[in-house]
Order: sequence, then C-alpha cells, then structure tokens
Amino acid sequence: MSNATLSSKPSSLRGATLPGWSTWAIAAGSAAVGYAVSAAAGLHSDIQWALIAAVLFVAGSYGISAKVEGRRQAKDRTATSMVWVAFLLAVTPLASLIWETAKRGVKVLDGYFLTHSMGVVADAEPGGGIYHAILGTLEQVGLATLISVPVGVLTAVYLVEYGRGRLAQAVTFFVDVMTGIPSIVAGLFVLSLWILILGMGESGFAGSLALSILMIPVVVRSTEEMLKLVPNELREASLALGVPKWRTILKVVLPTSIGGIVTGVMLAIARVTGETAPVLLVVWGTDFINANPFQDPQESLPMYIYLQWANSGGSGAAYDRAWAAALTLIAFIMILNLLARVVARWKAPKTGR
Amino acid sequence: MRGATRPGDRIFLGLARGSGIFVLVVMAAIAAFLTYRASKAIGENEANFFTTFEWNPTGVPAEFGIAVLAFGTVVSSVIAMVIAVPVSVGIALFITHYAPRRLGGTIAYVIDLLAAVPSIVYGLWGVLVLVPQMDGLYGWLDDHLGWTGVFDWDEGPARSLFTVGVLLALMILPIITNVTREVFRQVPRMHEEAALALGATRWEVVRMSVLPFGRSGIISASMLGLGRALGETMAVAMVLSPSFDINLSLLNAGGGTFAQNIASKFNEATPIGRDALIASGLVLFVITLLVNGAARLIIARRKEYSGANA
Repeated sequence: MSNATLSSKPSSLRGATLPGWSTWAIAAGSAAVGYAVSAAAGLHSDIQWALIAAVLFVAGSYGISAKVEGRRQAKDRTATSMVWVAFLLAVTPLASLIWETAKRGVKVLDGYFLTHSMGVVADAEPGGGIYHAILGTLEQVGLATLISVPVGVLTAVYLVEYGRGRLAQAVTFFVDVMTGIPSIVAGLFVLSLWILILGMGESGFAGSLALSILMIPVVVRSTEEMLKLVPNELREASLALGVPKWRTILKVVLPTSIGGIVTGVMLAIARVTGETAPVLLVVWGTDFINANPFQDPQESLPMYIYLQWANSGGSGAAYDRAWAAALTLIAFIMILNLLARVVARWKAPKTGR
Repeated sequence: MRGATRPGDRIFLGLARGSGIFVLVVMAAIAAFLTYRASKAIGENEANFFTTFEWNPTGVPAEFGIAVLAFGTVVSSVIAMVIAVPVSVGIALFITHYAPRRLGGTIAYVIDLLAAVPSIVYGLWGVLVLVPQMDGLYGWLDDHLGWTGVFDWDEGPARSLFTVGVLLALMILPIITNVTREVFRQVPRMHEEAALALGATRWEVVRMSVLPFGRSGIISASMLGLGRALGETMAVAMVLSPSFDINLSLLNAGGGTFAQNIASKFNEATPIGRDALIASGLVLFVITLLVNGAARLIIARRKEYSGANA
C-alpha cells in the first residue's frame, strides 16, 4: 500500500483516494469549529456544540470526499461518518450517566451509609443511610426469586420437553407478551387483587408478587433457550437405559444446562432489582427498618432513591443520598450481570463433540 | 412409545403443565381484575372516559378522561422512536460492520450492561443532569423553529414532553440496538461477499444486503422498544412537570403519560381515585399488549422466511 502513496501518479485502477488520516483530520477540524462557534455565540449547553460538530463532520467528509474521490465513495464516507456519529451521540450521554452517578455517588457512600437507616434523620438533614432499603430489596427480590424460579423453570421444561399442540403454543405466545408488561401494570394488578379485593395490607411480599410477574417470563425464555441446547442424544441415551422421563429431565437435562439457567435467573434478578413502580404502589416505603416482608410497608433501594429525590425539597444532602443509593444499586446490578456471564462461560453446555 | 404411565412421570408432567397453565391464568387474571376495578370507576364517571381533558375522580360529579394521557404517551414515545431507531440501527451497524472487531465486541458488551441500568437511575440523571443541559437546545429551537408552534418555548424549566422523549430514547437505545445487532449478525456472509465482489462500497453492501435482510428485525426491535417507552414510569414521573391539558408546543412543561399519571397521583388517591387510575392502567395494558403481540408476530413470521433462505 505504501508504494501506491509514494508514487506521484494516482493508480489508474483505484482512482484517487483520501489518505487514512483524513477522517481524523476532518473530525478534529469539525470539533474545533463546533466548539469555537458555540464559544463565540455564547452557547452554554454541551449538547449544542456537539451537534454542530456532528453536522460539520458529516457534511465535511461528504464534501471533501466528493471532490477527491467521486460521488459513490463520498456516499460511502458519509454513511461511515453517520454511523460513527450515531455511536458517539448515543455513547456520550450513556457514559455521562455512569460517570455522574459514580462521581456524585461516592460523596456519602461509606460504611456508615450502608449500615444505618433513615429512622431519626429528617429528609433535609445530612446523615442516615440505606440499610433498611438494602434489607427490603434483598427480601423482596429473594421472595420473588423463590416464586418465579420454580414456576419459570417448570414452564420451560413443559414447553421444551412436553409441549406439543395448542396449549404449548398459547403458553409460548403469552410468555412473550408477558415480557412486555409494563411494571406499573403488574403493580396495579397486585394492588387490585391482593390489596383491594383480598384486603391484605401493603407489605414487601405484595411487592414480591408484582416482581415475580415481571420475572417469570424472563426465566422461562432463558431456560427454554438453554434446554433447547441440550443435545438429543443425551436424552435418548438415558431413555434407552430405561430411565423414566422425569428422572431423565431432573438428572440429565437440567444438570447439563444448569449454567445457562443460573445465568438467566441472575439476569432476571438484576432486571427486577431496579423496579420502582410496583414497589411504589404495593410496598409504599418507610424510613424505618422493617425486617418482616409479610407485614407493613418496607423500603427498597429504587424506592429510596425516589423518596430522597421527591421529599427532599431540593436539599443537597438528600440528593447526595439519592446518588449514593443509585451508585449502590448500579454496582449491585452490574456485579450480578458480570457474575452471570462468568457462570455462563464456566458452565457452558458442552455440545458439538 | 407410551408417555406418562409411571406415577413419577404423571406427577412431573402435571407439575410442568400446571406451571404453563399458571402463566396463562396470571395473564387472564391481570386482564380480569383490572377490568373489574376499572368498570367500577367508569360506572361512577360522569364524563366520557376517552375524550375528557380532566382528571377529577373525587369531584362531584366525578369526571376523568384519558385524552391528555393518551396524547402525552403517544407524543413522548414518537419522539423517542424518531431519535432512537436510526441511532440504534447506526450503533448496530457500527458494532457488526464498521468498528474494529475487538472494539465492536467490547461495545456490544457495554451496551448489554447499559440495558440493565434501572429506570429510576435514568430518572435521577435525567432530572438533575439532562434537564439543565437541555436549556440551551430549547432556546435555540425556540429562536429558529418557534414560529411552527411546535417548538415554542416560554423559558420554563426544560421538564417537558420533548425532554421526556429524549430520555426515553436513551433508555430504549440499548434494547433496540441489542436485537438489531443480533439480526445484522445473521446476514448471510455470501450476500455481503457477492456485493463486495461486484465492487460495491461498504455502504452499498449495507444498503443492498444488510438492511433488506434486517428490515423485519429492525421493525420488531423498534416495537419492543416502543413497548418499553409506552410503559416507562419512574423516569417520566421524575422528569416531566405534569399538567392536565394538551399543549401543542413540545417544549413547554405540561401534559402527562399513563404510567407517569398513575405514579404521581397514586399517593393522594381515594378509593375511587385508585380505581380510576387502574382504569387508565388497563388502557396502557391493552396498548402494550397489542404492540408487543404485533412485534412477536413479525419475529415469528421472519423465522419461517429465514429458514427458507439460509
């Protein structure tokens, strides 16, 4: 390649091409111009100069390329730059989300914060912590897991191992549809059945019921995918030895796919841990430690974030606590996600041999 | 082959089938109980439930309607889709066809993780970080496009349907990107190589072989994202400063969405107020059911086709 650029005449086969560094040059140029324009015009928002730079970059690379390389290549370059711009436009706010949460969250996040409740702390005062919220989250999510894992795994076993005909089709379709139920609707359902009709009070368990409605479809889907990966030869070998089908499923099929199932369950837990809306409707939230999930309102981490923000009256101390709780929540979910991936890799079903 | 003849087999099959039926029962129960509570509220309602611009279930006479909520939900979701779909397709293309392979893998992984960030955190970030940043953009839109009426701005805080739409776009980006990426990855290599062999540029390859193949995947991914956006509660409740009227300008605070209205009004609701909120939740449930069902049908149809093509 370097030979071609060294020779003074352009190669007759390829036509003129822009050198490799041109993209970077155009990008740097448009960023600089965008920044200069917004500085000159006194624009305050970071969003504005980024958008100006993005437009300049796309237009610039089209213009220059059209001049040197021709229309087709110019279109190609425009598409490439648009794809890059799309990527940067989306990643910047998402990175800002993580960055701001980490930066503002570490201020009050320490051992004291994790081991104390808000019981004696007024909303506008500094101090206090999230112990009651962590306790509530763990209990509610734990109970939801206890409900949804057996139901979810058994449903998946039914679909993969037994499911033929109309019933299986209906279950598959409604599990898919159930995945998309808004969390607030799940909360409203538990509210209308458990609290308004059966007359039970607000409690952590009511929250668990709502969370399991959100969790079951996720568990079913992921377990189903994993069971389908188990090679049929294993089942046939076991059945041929005279092992009953239910023992085959329990002793051969499920152990083979256990890694994937655990991964799916962990991802489902990660998903429901951050749910606020159902907790808001049926668990209420409290500033005190309530270790009993079956009676009286409980707190949960997302609920805590919401209450600190909503009841703070603009006080800095409450915002600090909200950010710290958000950081704790994100950290918990990310760790679960990473663990899930580790388990998936470590226990991946050994197929294709 | 005789299937479930042994007692163990029969019990196990019963359990498994029972769980499957349980899922169906739950879905039916959700529809049934929401309808039951909603019918109580609508029985008390003196105004038309679908066209009234008011939410006053405790008044005498009780009057409430979902017109404002329907408008706000549709508008914010449409804004979210207009921003998120092209950008997600762009990122998916970036990951599968443009980025260096290792970078693409890392980015796909990070976006997977971002899909798990809870909506409450998006809400907190939205109201404390994004809203102040939107002021400049709002002023600019007002100066240059204010004459359309749609982008007219009264200099209030940027807690309007437009900001909500932008935030929703960010929230559904990871989901749409993930599904679209999976579809793009399944594009038959031969199609792309054939196009390259004919001298196509990379963009022409994408346009001629990747996008046509992925079209139904993009549509169904978008509808999954739309389902999320329609039902999103906490982030909207935190960012939007609600009011019960329809404002043609997207930049002025006001309006509401189904989910946001339920979360914001729930605490002070009386029994009839709760039932009225449940009635609006039922409408949301039906809408998301239709959107998700349509998305699944598109995916299912595509599976049959791709089997024939591969």
